[in-house]
Amino acid sequence: MADTKTGVGASVRRKEDLRFITGKGNYTDDINLKDQTYAYFLRSPHAHATIKSINTAKAKKMPGVVGIFVGEDVANDKLGGLICGWGITSKDGSGMKAGPHPVLAQGKVRYVGDHVAVVIAETKEQARTAAQAIVVSYGVLPHVVDAAKAMKSKVQVHEVASDNRVFNWSLGNEEATNAAFKNAAHVTKLDIINNRLIPNAMEPRAAIGSYDTGTESYTLYTTSQNPHVARLVISAFHGLAPEHKLRVIAPDVGGGFGSKIFIYAEEVVCVWASKHIGGRPIKWTGDRSEAFLADAHGRDHVTKAELAMDASGKITGMRVHTIAALGAYLSTFSAAVPTYLYGTLMSGQYDIPNIYVEVDAVYTNTAPVDAYRGAGRPEATYVVERLVETAARELKQDPAEFRRRSFVKSFPHQTPVIMCYDAGDYGAALDKALEMSDYKNFAKRKAESAKNGKLRGVGFSAYIEACGIAPSAAVGSLGAGVGLWESAEVRVNPIGTVEILTGSHSHGQGHETTFAQLVVEKLGVDINSVSIVHGDTDKVQMGMGTYGSRSGAVGMHAISKALDKIEAKAKRVAAAVMESSVDDVEFKNGTFTVKGTDKKMAFGEVALQAYLGHKFNSSEIEIGLKETAFHDPANFVFPAGVHICEVEVDVDTGLTKIVDYTAVDDFGNLINPMIVEGQVQGGVAQGIGQALLEGAVYDEDSGQLLTGSFMDYNMPRAANMPSIENFRLGFTCTPCPTNPMGMKGCGEAGAIAAPPAVINAITNAIGVREIAMPATPLTVWTAMQANKKAAE
Amino acid sequence: MENFNYHRPATTTAAAALMKKGKDAKYMAGGHTLLPTMKQGLAAPTDIIDLTAIKNFSGIKVSKTSVSIKAGTTHMEVATSKEIKKAIPALAEMAGKIGGVHVRHKGTIGGSVANADPAADYPSACLGLGATIETNKRKIEADKFFTGMFATALKDGEIITAVHFPIPKKSAHQKFPNPASRYALTGVFVSQDAKGKVRVGVTGAAATAFRATDIEAALSKDFSAKSATSVKIASKSLMTDMHATAAYRANLISVLAGRAVAAAK
Ligand SMILES: Cc1cc2nc3c(=O)[nH]c(=O)nc-3n(C[C@H](O)[C@H](O)[C@H](O)COP(=O)(O)OP(=O)(O)OC[C@H]3O[C@@H](n4cnc5c(N)ncnc54)[C@H](O)[C@@H]3O)c2cc1C
Repeated sequence: MADTKTGVGASVRRKEDLRFITGKGNYTDDINLKDQTYAYFLRSPHAHATIKSINTAKAKKMPGVVGIFVGEDVANDKLGGLICGWGITSKDGSGMKAGPHPVLAQGKVRYVGDHVAVVIAETKEQARTAAQAIVVSYGVLPHVVDAAKAMKSKVQVHEVASDNRVFNWSLGNEEATNAAFKNAAHVTKLDIINNRLIPNAMEPRAAIGSYDTGTESYTLYTTSQNPHVARLVISAFHGLAPEHKLRVIAPDVGGGFGSKIFIYAEEVVCVWASKHIGGRPIKWTGDRSEAFLADAHGRDHVTKAELAMDASGKITGMRVHTIAALGAYLSTFSAAVPTYLYGTLMSGQYDIPNIYVEVDAVYTNTAPVDAYRGAGRPEATYVVERLVETAARELKQDPAEFRRRSFVKSFPHQTPVIMCYDAGDYGAALDKALEMSDYKNFAKRKAESAKNGKLRGVGFSAYIEACGIAPSAAVGSLGAGVGLWESAEVRVNPIGTVEILTGSHSHGQGHETTFAQLVVEKLGVDINSVSIVHGDTDKVQMGMGTYGSRSGAVGMHAISKALDKIEAKAKRVAAAVMESSVDDVEFKNGTFTVKGTDKKMAFGEVALQAYLGHKFNSSEIEIGLKETAFHDPANFVFPAGVHICEVEVDVDTGLTKIVDYTAVDDFGNLINPMIVEGQVQGGVAQGIGQALLEGAVYDEDSGQLLTGSFMDYNMPRAANMPSIENFRLGFTCTPCPTNPMGMKGCGEAGAIAAPPAVINAITNAIGVREIAMPATPLTVWTAMQANKKAAE
Repeated sequence: MENFNYHRPATTTAAAALMKKGKDAKYMAGGHTLLPTMKQGLAAPTDIIDLTAIKNFSGIKVSKTSVSIKAGTTHMEVATSKEIKKAIPALAEMAGKIGGVHVRHKGTIGGSVANADPAADYPSACLGLGATIETNKRKIEADKFFTGMFATALKDGEIITAVHFPIPKKSAHQKFPNPASRYALTGVFVSQDAKGKVRVGVTGAAATAFRATDIEAALSKDFSAKSATSVKIASKSLMTDMHATAAYRANLISVLAGRAVAAAK
């Protein structure tokens, strides 16, 4: 190891934090361009309506108005609509039914918050005031907001989908699975709702679009997790400009959780409209209310799940049917989430010979639904872990031991649902979690709680997820419209400092620190001599961005490859300068030595020589020290672990408190344990949010979003978390065999693992089979009342 | 938010005169209810009459028998007042549970009482202690003050100047916060005076704060937690929304009353 304090494996303090916590971050809204104007989006107040007419005459004359654009202007200019970049084929072989998704509504609005018009003015206030003067005549239509009702509804959200069904997708062997159920000795059945969530990154979305009339090129500053993908889509599908005439910059971004992967109407409109107002830049900064209404939401599944077991209690089959709401339009990756990111994880950590999953994706008159922290894997884990827990209880087996008996125990393990698990030791994580949580004394703690009028319960979640998405050929064959590699460039400056240009994008993950640690490890340079450059398509040549916990396993792997090339090149330079053979040059701790001699050169000296070119033949060795690499992963990576949650439920009020939480995770080798712990804690907080607090509610009658602010949408607070001494984190390690760092992904695990752990604990505490998320005091109290009645 | 004329009168008389003159004028104290509604476009007054520059508009006076709090006194001042903590500790505790620190430093008792939000905390204390609300014109008993959802006995332009609370023998406040907003999903303020008279003020449960007379009757006979919790509250007139059903609120009223009795000091 080059440097134990700042190399791989060290808990280095985050280099970026000083900047962020002292208010020196540079976010999109902090950027102001010369002659900038401001955009305000007029949004649909209706869940579903035709637009009969839009009159902007009066609004156009309002003070400060620079321009007003509506759907017709977009259509006349032939600006393409928003796309879904993943095509799903239905069971019957038909294609996905994608309705049109214009950036400004054309003839129809389909959810409350849909974009109807944009007003551009000298100030934000003027734009908003003028928008109120636009007269839109709507023909209000009936709507459907409930996923479970969409296919039976008379309402038709898109013409292409008569029963509102986007696709009917299946995975696994139906016949064999049905046979397993026929022969089963015991079947466990559950009806499961995975509640709709609203991401709520701390920084709302924002964009500045500008057009340079001189160079005839566009620049877009935007809150994106993947600026290159934004450039690709806006060029190739919206047809705004070829890629070399469009620069996309995603500066500091204040959290994404998936919601900033997607290409949104607002950013496309801002960059498009700039040309139509003579090239003046247009800034749009969403407010929190707009974030609630128009950011892509997450989850929203209605599922029927069954588990079959033989007489010995061995799991023989799983059958799942899910209705997944995708909202009013197909967002950028929406179709992939309830399919290949969901059905493929149904085997969990278990050896299940037969699995069949069928998914009906439906349109509803709600905000689009797409990837949100975990994206499909939390939904899958919730199904698997609720089923397994319930089965264990029905078979009167200890839930820990039932899991252990059912675990996959040898690797690689091919599941019946595509995934091939490469490495793991699920029993080790279970042992550690049982030990850390003092499971054997749970009964004592339960009795103690009972004395205080509290019902104590314990719940398990043995999750697995697939991240580091993904082998390009594999995802291509499954419908992805892009390859999911990553690229990196390493620029060594003549004085030996290092710039890493990466296609990964940091919006809270701490890449400026962890990526630098890899450079320290490999080149032996000081961590302060390394800078990480990302988020600008003019600087970084290519990239697929950050989501699905891929920046470590895929992004760092690309950097690692480029660093290997740097080392190889530097060795050739060093050999020439030290007049020896390349084979005799060794590189360790930042120093090149020649075997059997006392000759040596520091990394910085070699870098300088590489640029001077005085001491080698530049026709044999190219001047300079700069390398590029693309990395396409060989497989997903498979983080897994066991989380154990203990709750106390107040009998009188139904209030649930998480009194104890143990998370044991196997992320392979850790680059920066402190950052990993933060990711787990944050992920668990989000998972607790889903289980206890958060839930987007659309009113059935009006189609309005009832949870449109923090007054009604309950984000997790510190007080909802277990106390820090009862929030235990542990790690096990089976290194990942498909990347040189042996690492897996850690960014989503907490959000994936926590919801079933919490709900299993609550159902255990109050003695019910099922309870809906979020398990609010009202929900829990109501379940206890029903239970009481049933017992009477 | 729309533009408005901003006034900062030094007397209640001047404030009332401005109110008469304004087309759609509004008083503002802490602004922590008014400003959010203006930001959301739910209110767009032409004139804002800031009451906080009025002389002697805030302050706390405690006598042997009562606690008098002037209208402009912030929740933080009430929560941290040594005198109130001694005289009616439950009142200080209640003020300390309103919103977060920022809100407590700006929001005022006058604004809270005048606004009569069905989920606000002060109305339960006013009813539970039998307060008197003093205005620039008259004195109004709390029992007659809260008339409906966001509705009070205040006449147009009338300004609350103080709220007077009689000091009870013992009292306690219990709040079950709305999980999201942290306003009272249901809150109960219980007091017992020297003569044994019991008052139970309830907020958050119905369109307006009210007295739980059934529980008062039970507690008058037997001032014990059990006596409070054994009263079955009718859910008929209570609110149902996405956070709580009427039945759940009915349950909370007796549960919280019981806890308040147990905690009363
Ligand atoms: C985030 C947040 C959380 C909150 N949480 C809680 C909570 O948990 N519990 C709770 O009870 N409250 C809560 N509040 C409300 C807070 O207590 C308010 O400050 C209070 O309700 C109003 O007081 P104000 O001084 O801010 O009034 P303002 O907003 O200034 O005025 C409110 C209304 O009262 C009128 N008014 C003000 N003063 C007078 C007066 N002296 N005479 C006549 N009319 C007057 C105004 O014209 C206006 O109509 C919260 C507020 C926020 C923003």
